[in-house]
Amino acid sequence: MQNWIQAYSWMNIRFLLMGLGVTVYISVISVILSFIFGSILGIIRYSKIKYVSAIFGFIIDLIRNLPLLLIIFFTYFGLPNFGFKPETIPAAIMAMTIFESTMIAEIVRSGLNAVDIGQTEGARSVGMTFLQSLRYIILPQAYKKMIPALISQFVSLIKDTSLATIIVVPELMQHAQVIYGQNANYILPMFAALAVLYFIVCFSLSLLGNHIDKKLA
Amino acid sequence: MINIITHYGHQLLIGLGWTVLSSVLALFFSLIIGSLFAIMEVLPNKYARVLGRAYVEIFRNIPLLVITMFFYLVIPLYFVKINGFTAGTIGLTLYTSAFIAETVRSGIQSVDPGQMEGARSVGMTYWQSMRQIILPQAFKIVIPPLGNQFINLVKNSSVLAFVAGFDLMYQANSIASATFDTINSYFAVGIMYLIVTLPLSYYMRYLEKKVA
Amino acid sequence: MKRKLGLFSLLLSVLILVGCTKSLSQQSVLENAHQTNTITWGVKGDVSLFGLIDVRDGQQKGFDVDMARHLTKHILGPKGKATFVTVTSQSRTPLLKNGNVDAVVATMTITPERQKVLDFSKSYFDAGQSLLVPNNSSIKDAYHLNGHTVIGVVGANSVQNIKKASPKAKVIELQDYAQAMNALKSGQGEALTTDNGILYGLAVQNPGYKVVGGTFTKEPYGIAVNKNQKDFIEAVNKAIDQMQQNGEYNQLIKKWFGNVPGFNYKELYRK
Repeated sequence: MQNWIQAYSWMNIRFLLMGLGVTVYISVISVILSFIFGSILGIIRYSKIKYVSAIFGFIIDLIRNLPLLLIIFFTYFGLPNFGFKPETIPAAIMAMTIFESTMIAEIVRSGLNAVDIGQTEGARSVGMTFLQSLRYIILPQAYKKMIPALISQFVSLIKDTSLATIIVVPELMQHAQVIYGQNANYILPMFAALAVLYFIVCFSLSLLGNHIDKKLA
Repeated sequence: MINIITHYGHQLLIGLGWTVLSSVLALFFSLIIGSLFAIMEVLPNKYARVLGRAYVEIFRNIPLLVITMFFYLVIPLYFVKINGFTAGTIGLTLYTSAFIAETVRSGIQSVDPGQMEGARSVGMTYWQSMRQIILPQAFKIVIPPLGNQFINLVKNSSVLAFVAGFDLMYQANSIASATFDTINSYFAVGIMYLIVTLPLSYYMRYLEKKVA
Repeated sequence: MKRKLGLFSLLLSVLILVGCTKSLSQQSVLENAHQTNTITWGVKGDVSLFGLIDVRDGQQKGFDVDMARHLTKHILGPKGKATFVTVTSQSRTPLLKNGNVDAVVATMTITPERQKVLDFSKSYFDAGQSLLVPNNSSIKDAYHLNGHTVIGVVGANSVQNIKKASPKAKVIELQDYAQAMNALKSGQGEALTTDNGILYGLAVQNPGYKVVGGTFTKEPYGIAVNKNQKDFIEAVNKAIDQMQQNGEYNQLIKKWFGNVPGFNYKELYRK
């Protein structure tokens, strides 16, 4: 019991919350960026532009089929070879964005495919261009259908930010490790705190997603 | 990179072996556990439903790394020693079982409730109709996405590197620090992952097209 | 602003994916340090006494960190600024080679293998590898570990040394010393091996554990710098000499190692 009280001293809680702040910060930016880039990539892939779609498709498949941990190493240790040296937080954001964009591209592509092909033809027959039909007919329907898949991908994104501890990003997992690294008696309280904090963030996002889903349906 | 593959090929293959073994074991056990909790979620008993739901939500909303480290560092302090490979595989199993439970549950619920009523009306018990009528149909929906689940498992198994689970990523770290050639070590190991995941991913897409 | 940076960095990475050319600039670290009046040091965040993140303010603290601060003043003058990046045994070499950090002061032993890819200053601390075991352990030294499981850290040379001393010892490598220490507590291995200074720090934090077997290797710590930075190495060496001559060095030794039980800090004194 003594351990639990000391483990949750204000000093430690504050340190954990600082980590939580970084986790949320990385997550929010990565969610926004990967939604934008993922949509663009997904549409490119869906559009079947000669060569371009195939090349992008292959790159997406390569990245999608690698562990995120590897992408994190490549961004942090590999990018400087190209003259760009990200600090840990931007490196984590980049790694998350690169990886999650490809996952979302795949969701967007299959979402677009799932919208009845007859609708494109219908839209085209009334004189819309391909882009117009995409913009006004196909995309709105596809996104509605995609919401559950997108939300669950974003929840995965938040959970996966914990992997960034490997390059010492000052996020929640890393800060918990620092605390229990300095006093091993705090290890159980720290894991309890990790479970609760991650759960609160991820579960709230799931609930929000369900709410949006119901509202739009 | 060629250098690393020729010099450390043996080590990479060992890593690949542990990675695949862990993924296969986790897939097998998470299928069993996931199905059990999915069935709990659709039982008439309210407490069973709550318990099933709670299990799924807990393991869907906590990072795999936290679960794995918990089994590696905390459980041995209070209960029993678990080595890195086992801790990682347990983590993967619990984590994946929550996702599989979701798929199985929606599979069960997609079967027309009229079928359950029909089965009951000809005198089958709840369990008989569940086992003989509902579950076989549900699993027809569940089995195909398992390929994608396996790809995820192979990728997620890199978490074993955090607990010295001897998997591919662990070997990559070890090769990188022995050769100081970080990028090429990770390139080599990336290729090893792709050898498993890429063909499987294309095969899954081919299957999806065939069904659709 | 930071979001713009994120966007920019993503655009850049897309460019790289499409095929950007490689541009490795071999700038002079010393010139750059003088221009910006700043030296970026890689230090540990998980090693008690050398480089440990303080939960109160999130800053790294320890002997290595203080060394870096003092060296900065000697090299750049009293107004020189030292900034710190937390590195692990795994990340310090790539970060140094990539130029994310100018120099690494992170319990890094000067070894011939490392000297092939990096340059080192003269030694600034004399460590030696040892073992940390539970008080009731029967393990006495590093030469009788065959069949035992020993815990080390990814990227540390202590793992190779154990394999030389006891070829049939099972070695597992974890991400950092915090994880390694907790793994020892959880019984994942019977001994934790690394340099004595680090181990004494762990023993202070964790009652019930002791350092055994004396030191079975010599581990001179050096300040690591990328290749082809001779002028910077010279500046660092000169600064180390100055610190040893004017007593600053011994003050730092006393500050960090003066209260470690079982450790005679005066042996570390340098004149």
